[in-house]
Amino acid sequence: MTATIPAAQAAVLPRKVTPVTALRNVLTLAWRGLVQIKHNPMELVDLSIQPIMFVLLFSYVFGPSISGSVAAYLPVVIPGIIAQNALFASMSTGLGLNVDITKGVFDRFRSLPIARTAPLLGRILADVVKQAWSMLVVLVVGVVIGFRIETGVLGVLGAFLLLLAFTLMFAWITVLVGLTASDAEKVQVFGFTAIFPLTFLSNAFVVPAEGTPGWLKTFMTDINPVSQLTTALRGLLVGGPVLQHALITLAWAAVMAAVFIPLCLRAFRRRT
Amino acid sequence: MTYAIRAEGLVKRFGETRALDGVSLAVPPGRVLGVLGPNGAGKTTTVRVLATLIRPDAGTAEVGGHDVVREGHRVRRLIGLTGQYAGVDEMLTGTENLMLIGRLLGLSRAGARARAAELLRRFELWDARDRAAKTFSGGMRRRLDLAASLVGHPSILYLDEPTTGLDPRSRNGLWDMVRGLAEDGVTVLLTTQYLEEADQLADEIVVIDHGRVIAEGTSDQLKAQTGGQVLELRPVHEAEVDKAALVVAELLGSAPEVNQGLLTVPVGDSRAMPAVVRALDDAGVAVGELSLRKASLDEVFFALTGNRERTGSPAADEGREEASV
Repeated sequence: MTATIPAAQAAVLPRKVTPVTALRNVLTLAWRGLVQIKHNPMELVDLSIQPIMFVLLFSYVFGPSISGSVAAYLPVVIPGIIAQNALFASMSTGLGLNVDITKGVFDRFRSLPIARTAPLLGRILADVVKQAWSMLVVLVVGVVIGFRIETGVLGVLGAFLLLLAFTLMFAWITVLVGLTASDAEKVQVFGFTAIFPLTFLSNAFVVPAEGTPGWLKTFMTDINPVSQLTTALRGLLVGGPVLQHALITLAWAAVMAAVFIPLCLRAFRRRT
Repeated sequence: MTYAIRAEGLVKRFGETRALDGVSLAVPPGRVLGVLGPNGAGKTTTVRVLATLIRPDAGTAEVGGHDVVREGHRVRRLIGLTGQYAGVDEMLTGTENLMLIGRLLGLSRAGARARAAELLRRFELWDARDRAAKTFSGGMRRRLDLAASLVGHPSILYLDEPTTGLDPRSRNGLWDMVRGLAEDGVTVLLTTQYLEEADQLADEIVVIDHGRVIAEGTSDQLKAQTGGQVLELRPVHEAEVDKAALVVAELLGSAPEVNQGLLTVPVGDSRAMPAVVRALDDAGVAVGELSLRKASLDEVFFALTGNRERTGSPAADEGREEASV
């Protein structure tokens, strides 16, 4: 270790990180996000057991009464569960950020000579991998019990990309909660109290029936962004209208980004 | 002379609170500066400014000759930070935590692994290397945190209350490690609420309160600065304590502190002693115990910070609390 800081050595210190270094930083921090799973089996449960549980429960308990049979219900419910599951998974972005900030991990990262955006981008990249895994789990379980992808590889890829675009922007809401909440539990409470109603008041699990009040029906089919996402996912996986719903979904994603990214940056500056 | 750390007139506001109200300090290379102050004095905020985590509202600071605001990235290449809360990822093992930092600092996988192993051995964490940090004791976490701040061989190290909440044994262990770093020539800025800690580790001490530097110097200089000597006396009869206190207060102009029959009062010089004896004799107070001694750093500290009762948990992090309001 050096006792002094020679001026010559100090002068050659770079002012910024190079793009290659920045990319390496992001990958290292994404690796960290994934290694965490190894020591926190609960996260694996959230990512695997929960989707499996939802697919089986919904298909066998509600399927026969809603669509007449399990097989007829699967094309309705599998895309819906994919959407709901992705929203839950996006909660982990805000949750992880909150833990990092309250535990001082974020301060450590910010005191290192790494790209300023790497901690956030690394976390998001890790979450993309988790999203992909969790969608795969739903699809595999679905196929095992009789779900059929009617479109093909491109459809599945399109569904994944659309899902990603929506949930990455939705994640900013959880990031905001993560930045403002004093502890991780509050982030979880937000998740459950916001995501459950949002997904149940959509067409993710049911197509609104005759008895549904008109205003609720309008919200469930036309207004709720989760419904737009679900309808587009159905189109991409089993066929049906895609373009209009995908565009509305992307518009919602853009709106969420426009509102919540600035709020997050403001909260971030306040917090730090 | 060039300083490793130099701050001038740092001001930082959090809403209505002035966390820093013109803090200036300077640390020559290879020295240990103790920043001493009660909770909420601005110690953590000072460290956060010097570590480029927050920008000062006014004032300037240079670390290793680089401005903390304009050349933050260069500053970050030189520093290591150990926070008041152990900044380690609790989900990762000791090895993974240190490898993560090594990789972020540009070491190869093998290089990061070797550096992690070296630090884990040095900080007596080798046996726990494959356990998640959440299973570590408080002392182990602090050691891992310190190890993490050393991965990149920093020449300047910030230790923000490194021993708060540790048991005496862990504290002594950490002190030895800090002494070792200082011997290696690392410049250390250490914040603490413990006078003993500053006395033990620091070459120089800066006392801050309410965001201002209220005294600075070596611990001997600080002791000399506030009168330097303390007169202690105990009347033979408990009943005469109040009377004795009154006599002493009248003679010296400052009221003595009374604790279980023992009167303690700072005195400017040793000539005060015979005067006190005469005055008490005139008043008819029989003195059982009488002594003159050098003031302890505790007494200096309390004299400087106004001897106020402090409440709140010792681990409260003033910077963070104010920031999140």
